[in-house]
Amino acid sequence: MIKHDIVEKNLGLMVILVVVAISFGSLVEIVPLFFQDETTQPVEGLEPYSALELEGRDIYIREGCVGCHSQMIRPLRAEVERYGHYSVAGESVYDFPFLWGSKRTGPDLARVGGRYSDDWHRAHLINPRDLVPQSIMPAYPFLAETPVDNSLTAKKMKTLRILGVPYTDADIAGAKDAVKGHTELDALVAYLQGLGTNITSKR
Amino acid sequence: MSNFWHWWIVLLTSACLVLVTWVLFSTRKAQRRDMTDETTGHAYDGIEEYDNPLPHWWFVMFVATLVFTVGYLILYPGMGKWAGVLGWTQVGELKTDQLKHERRFAPEFQRYAATPIEELIKNPKALKMGERVFINNCALCHGMDAGGNFGFPNLADNDWLYGGSADAIKTTIAQGRRGQMPAWGAVIGDKGVKQVASYVRELSGIDSGASQDDLDAGKKVFSTTCAVCHSADGTGNYALGAPNLTNNVWLYGSSQTQVEYTIRKGRNGVMPPWHDILGPEKVHLVTAYVYSLTHKAE
Repeated sequence: MIKHDIVEKNLGLMVILVVVAISFGSLVEIVPLFFQDETTQPVEGLEPYSALELEGRDIYIREGCVGCHSQMIRPLRAEVERYGHYSVAGESVYDFPFLWGSKRTGPDLARVGGRYSDDWHRAHLINPRDLVPQSIMPAYPFLAETPVDNSLTAKKMKTLRILGVPYTDADIAGAKDAVKGHTELDALVAYLQGLGTNITSKR
Repeated sequence: MSNFWHWWIVLLTSACLVLVTWVLFSTRKAQRRDMTDETTGHAYDGIEEYDNPLPHWWFVMFVATLVFTVGYLILYPGMGKWAGVLGWTQVGELKTDQLKHERRFAPEFQRYAATPIEELIKNPKALKMGERVFINNCALCHGMDAGGNFGFPNLADNDWLYGGSADAIKTTIAQGRRGQMPAWGAVIGDKGVKQVASYVRELSGIDSGASQDDLDAGKKVFSTTCAVCHSADGTGNYALGAPNLTNNVWLYGSSQTQVEYTIRKGRNGVMPPWHDILGPEKVHLVTAYVYSLTHKAE
């Protein structure tokens, strides 16, 4: 029997043993997911974000939308009833980083695409209370007045291509012009309107 | 899941369990069994520690978690490809829940779905259910009271873009609509926009303050450009979703500036299709609710 003293008085040994002890969970529950088709292959029909959607996604991240809106419909009856088909891993393979979120002050947005009109999203982002009087969501009127910064769009797409998003050379070459002249509001609405539309079964 | 990962999970999980069990029992073996007044010899700031064994209840709890783990891994899917004796899956539980719900409510939904809208509005329970669907899905644009918003039609005023019959409402909800007011600014010019805006406002009885000459000019532009959709007398056309311009109901505002903007830049209001999201039964119920707002059951 090894005496506790040996472990307790040798910091290096203790660190190694602690790492071994706590790594079992990750090794068993996380590492195999890196190699499963369900988690690494895109669902049928999944398209990479367009240049404008990609910029919209970055605005979504910048404004901290993920702090109040999840993008993860769990396989529970009430949730599927309200939001649509539960989220599957293959829908997120082009997301770096994923925006599943863990907090729902507002509703889940995983399948918000196409549910409301572009006009609704614009009016709602500029002032949510114009449309939903009880809403506590902050207003984002400045998005309508700020042009999207397109100087890094192509670079972002190149980086994503290294990570496995199938952007073509034409996509990247046209990125700057695709975003040009659009406001941040346009970009964000484009991103929102594409969310969750890849799975055809909505119910 | 490939065999490699199956065995990876099985072996690591088993190894972890064996290791934890070994640590638990081997340390227990090295410990004394009885209570004692002796200390371990550690002293920190005058605080010492009795050399007592792990409390018995604590040890039992450890063992209980180990037993639970083994039981859990036999009953539920956890060990790689092992599906578990119970055959439980997350999606399976969802389907069971949905089926249970379906069994309970489907007959009622189907009964309502088979009842014509004109009849259904006499059923308060059906209307209540329709109202729930409305509040959850439609109120975001049309308002809790269905009174509409700027750009989103009022559903309670009996003025319709695509018709107010039960069938028309149902088609609108199920398949959606796309408004198609083109931008006329470049075609009829700024002066034309101002003149026709004044004329259109006068059609609804608003005093536009424009001169008779301008109104006559506006009328001329209207008859050549706008009348195709809005009809010659400005009463609109359900088939095209062209609004009635004579009843002083304004989707995008009635001020001179707003009407001019509408004419200059066009409007493309979109009603999303709800058939795939709500399913036919709920579309039927919410149609009944919307219909009931303007049609009282006799």
